[in-house]
Amino acid sequence: MTPYEILWQPFADFAFMRHALVGCLALALGCAPIGLFLVLRRMSLMGDAMSHAILPGAAIAFIAYGLSLTAMSIGGLIAGLVVVLAAGMVTRATQLKEDANFAAFYLVSLASGVLLVSKWGSNVDLMHILFGTVLAVDAAALVFLAAVATTTLVVLALFYRALVVESFDPEFLQSMGGRGAWAHFAFLILVVLNLVAGFQALGTLMAVGLMMLPAASARLWAKELPAMLCVALGIALVSGYVGLLISYHGDLPSGPSIILTAGLAYFGSLALGRRGGLLWRWLGHEHLEA
Amino acid sequence: MSHHHDHRHDHAHHPAGAIRLSNLTLTYHRHPVVHHVSGSFAQGELTAIVGPNGAGKSTLLKAMMGLMKPNHGKVERHGLAPREIAYLPQQAAIDRDFPLSVQDAVLLGDWRNSGWFGRISRSARQRADAALERVGMAGFGGRPVDELSAGQFQRVLFARLLLQDAQLILLDEPFTALDAKTTADLLAVIAGWRREGRTVVAVLHDYEQVRSHFPQTLLLAKECIAWGPTTEVLTPANLARANGMPQNWDDDAPVCHRDDTGAPTTPPAHDHTLHSH
Repeated sequence: MTPYEILWQPFADFAFMRHALVGCLALALGCAPIGLFLVLRRMSLMGDAMSHAILPGAAIAFIAYGLSLTAMSIGGLIAGLVVVLAAGMVTRATQLKEDANFAAFYLVSLASGVLLVSKWGSNVDLMHILFGTVLAVDAAALVFLAAVATTTLVVLALFYRALVVESFDPEFLQSMGGRGAWAHFAFLILVVLNLVAGFQALGTLMAVGLMMLPAASARLWAKELPAMLCVALGIALVSGYVGLLISYHGDLPSGPSIILTAGLAYFGSLALGRRGGLLWRWLGHEHLEA
Repeated sequence: MSHHHDHRHDHAHHPAGAIRLSNLTLTYHRHPVVHHVSGSFAQGELTAIVGPNGAGKSTLLKAMMGLMKPNHGKVERHGLAPREIAYLPQQAAIDRDFPLSVQDAVLLGDWRNSGWFGRISRSARQRADAALERVGMAGFGGRPVDELSAGQFQRVLFARLLLQDAQLILLDEPFTALDAKTTADLLAVIAGWRREGRTVVAVLHDYEQVRSHFPQTLLLAKECIAWGPTTEVLTPANLARANGMPQNWDDDAPVCHRDDTGAPTTPPAHDHTLHSH
């Protein structure tokens, strides 16, 4: 096989592969920066929680309207926003910390979703919702993915400084009268949007992978935020492309292939990352004179 | 003499306080941590707030920033918006691992001009460099903050305060766990603020430091024990009274009715009572 056949022919030959590629790249553009902020705000597990939280919305839509991307996306979006806002408001009104409230709300949400699907759906449906299928991404889905990626990048650009300050020194932002809560909520809504975008292509469980794995890897390579964003984006984009190729050539499911590729990048970064990777620690450094 | 005498004494000397507390009560779960405190912070002067643990010192600063609502009484800022006050809380809430450069951390002090979306001006960058130089951190602008020691980090936070260019500066235990050199350098920055006519209020623990650098002192033990010139406040008798404050609150405390009688300055016979206002 020539390199062309391995690296590009699948996309040249098949429209569904091209759709899948464009969808994955769009998803990577939105998910990578969101994941990085999740990591920096020590909310790595929040993405996971939220991915479960959108399940019942998607399930209800699926039961009511069948396998309709629009219906399932709207359902998932509503469920996700309800959990974000409810957990956020309960946190501000009571003593409980935000992570505890998110855990409580997403568990209730997840259990409702599983209950709904097992009562009125089938196991095949559940598998589809949980693991998605990137190879079924159609033109309408592409438009949705592109819209989410665009929204994410624009909103992040607008809220970038507020988010950085809210993460670095929330008390400072508060003392300057900057409403950090707005930046925080805008960010959480972006998390939900990207998970909803991701679940059709990768499935609810896998969508988090494209957020967290490139972001966690990026911390091991760069020391400043802009550089980290570039590394995370790069890893997410390459994972999408390489993962699709592996899935095509190996006849493997696409979602797990993409996430495992990102996982490989993560393990590689753990070993080789210039900022705290194991290899550099193991090699040690001759100390400098000053 | 009761502490209320000290208030009147203080008012007489500083009629135009930069910031005034009038009968201020702050509570957690209805239990007062700052109880019926009145007085003014001397404008253009350095005031230390001292007192035992749990005396309400940090809580008072938060209320002055508007971060906490008074349960009773009020903080009068005389037209000063909270964002025009520079506030340095204890370091706990800052994520020192965050991938931010020293220069960017200092430039946050320009928030009043830049806000969420505004441009960082060239003059702000120059002022940031000058501020770093003034705190002894010239040339550190490009370094990430996670490489700094605790002392260097505190210097960077002082540079940020410098950039904020505020008339009123509130510092919550700014020298805790710092070495002598850093403390001395930062005290020099504070002395510079006094020369520029800025008002500084700092929560401090070291009485010697307060005596030699802070002309005014508020001795707080939930109640105001004494407030005025440091030499008159930090007397053995006052300190003994402050240290006699009950550390814990009384779960069965009755509701405080000090103001109900129409006489706002009844003696503090119930300094850990429950508040109903």
